[in-house]
Amino acid sequence: MTKAGSELRIDGDGKPIWVSLELTYQCPLKCVFCSNPLDYDSYREGELTTEQWKKVIREAREMGAMQIGFTGGEPTLRKDLEELIGYADDLGFYTNLITSGVGLTVERLQRLKELGLKHIQLGFQSCDEQVANQMAGVESYQRKLSIAKEIKALGFPMVLNVPVTRQNLPQIPDILLLAEELEVEYMELANVQYYNWALVNRDQLLPTRAELEWAEREVNKFRERIGDKMTIFFVIPDYYDGRPKACMNGWGSIHLTIAPDGSALPCSQARTLKDLTFPTVKDHSLKWLWEQSETFMKYRGDKWMKEPCCSCDEREKDFGGCRCQALALTGDAANTDPACSKSPHHHVIQEAISGAEMARELEINQRLIVREAGAVAVELKTEVEA
Amino acid sequence: MSTQHQVQMQDRYEINPLFLFRWEESQESHVLLYPEGVVKLNQTAATILKHCDGELTVDQFITEIANEFDQTDPEVIAQSVVKFLEASHDKGWIRAKN
Ligand code: SF4
Ligand code: SF4
Repeated sequence: MTKAGSELRIDGDGKPIWVSLELTYQCPLKCVFCSNPLDYDSYREGELTTEQWKKVIREAREMGAMQIGFTGGEPTLRKDLEELIGYADDLGFYTNLITSGVGLTVERLQRLKELGLKHIQLGFQSCDEQVANQMAGVESYQRKLSIAKEIKALGFPMVLNVPVTRQNLPQIPDILLLAEELEVEYMELANVQYYNWALVNRDQLLPTRAELEWAEREVNKFRERIGDKMTIFFVIPDYYDGRPKACMNGWGSIHLTIAPDGSALPCSQARTLKDLTFPTVKDHSLKWLWEQSETFMKYRGDKWMKEPCCSCDEREKDFGGCRCQALALTGDAANTDPACSKSPHHHVIQEAISGAEMARELEINQRLIVREAGAVAVELKTEVEA
Repeated sequence: MSTQHQVQMQDRYEINPLFLFRWEESQESHVLLYPEGVVKLNQTAATILKHCDGELTVDQFITEIANEFDQTDPEVIAQSVVKFLEASHDKGWIRAKN
């Protein structure tokens, strides 16, 4: 899940502002860029019950959270989705549904509208049916297109979220035209975050700098024409930016994710940090998890930082980047995110870029690995010796 | 997107339906909520947005706000209200109602 709003720089004063509920990791799609855990299928048993989710929703609201996202996996697979969204809306949450659209019907949408659902973020891959289906791993294009129209017909604000990869980048001008036709208000050309399935497929997915710059020019041309009818979010990915993302606005600062089994996570990728434990809402109050669990304490603030972050004057701005990316690519979550050009490990990012370029030059068209239980060994090797 | 919008005194404004404008107890302030975002508003901003109800024209609500703040000369606040409305319009928080 990615943020559409760039204005989320509200200081929660230590309160969680944004809660993301990963209702299930099950999903009818098999996206090649999926960031769900590689062992997603092992979460099938042990998903929280309706009452347990309600307790989470209630406690989060009591702590001051205002935004709630229902995500997954595919959240519409849960039969209690309507009940949970209605409950959250009654408590005063701004409710967001983050979905692939598969699993929604007109009837369900109407019901969600009545229950107060505020916004739908629809994952979309391309306006080219073949590319779209290749990226989603399943034939789903037509279904998504018709549900996008239904969402708009019911008057929901909609964010069309398109993860940008080498496969769909050339279609960006046409994707924008399609979005215009659909009267989408927000368009997010999202950076793929290279974790899990996306990391497995990185060589095949990562666009080149030149391609991204071309896309940026096309986006700007379109922006000029369309004016304020559509807001388009498009930023050059951290791999090419020389600076990391301000991941989650800082660890345990405003963001809280609950995994299908009830684990409370500072971000949806946090479970990759093997030296942490992940206590769940089944055993603890949300307040305790947020305020006192080691998971949230560990990288909160800046005491944990090493050089170069701890003496860097940009640390208030990006919080040293992403802990999970630091772990995945450098072997230590407390290291500077290697996307930063000041990181002593920045070369791993540069090597990933040249690796992807080389794979292309040599026309190594390795097959994209679609998300499937057991498709890859679960322990991904880190790329450098720690 | 800096299509600087010009506010006219006879215009009526309303909150963009994409945004939810309400009081938030835990922040002790008004907030604007929108897809995946939050803006916390200071008191002046909230007072102005409260008057964007699609009914009052800009000059009407400048007079009202002046009264609320015991300011006898509306001209004094007119300029800052108009500035704020223009900025809010450019951010997409409000839209003109015809
Ligand atoms: S990225 Fe694709 S496969 Fe993964 S949860 Fe989302 S829709 Fe399902
Ligand atoms: S050194 Fe650390 S704090 Fe400084 S810019 Fe890089 S990641 Fe950010």
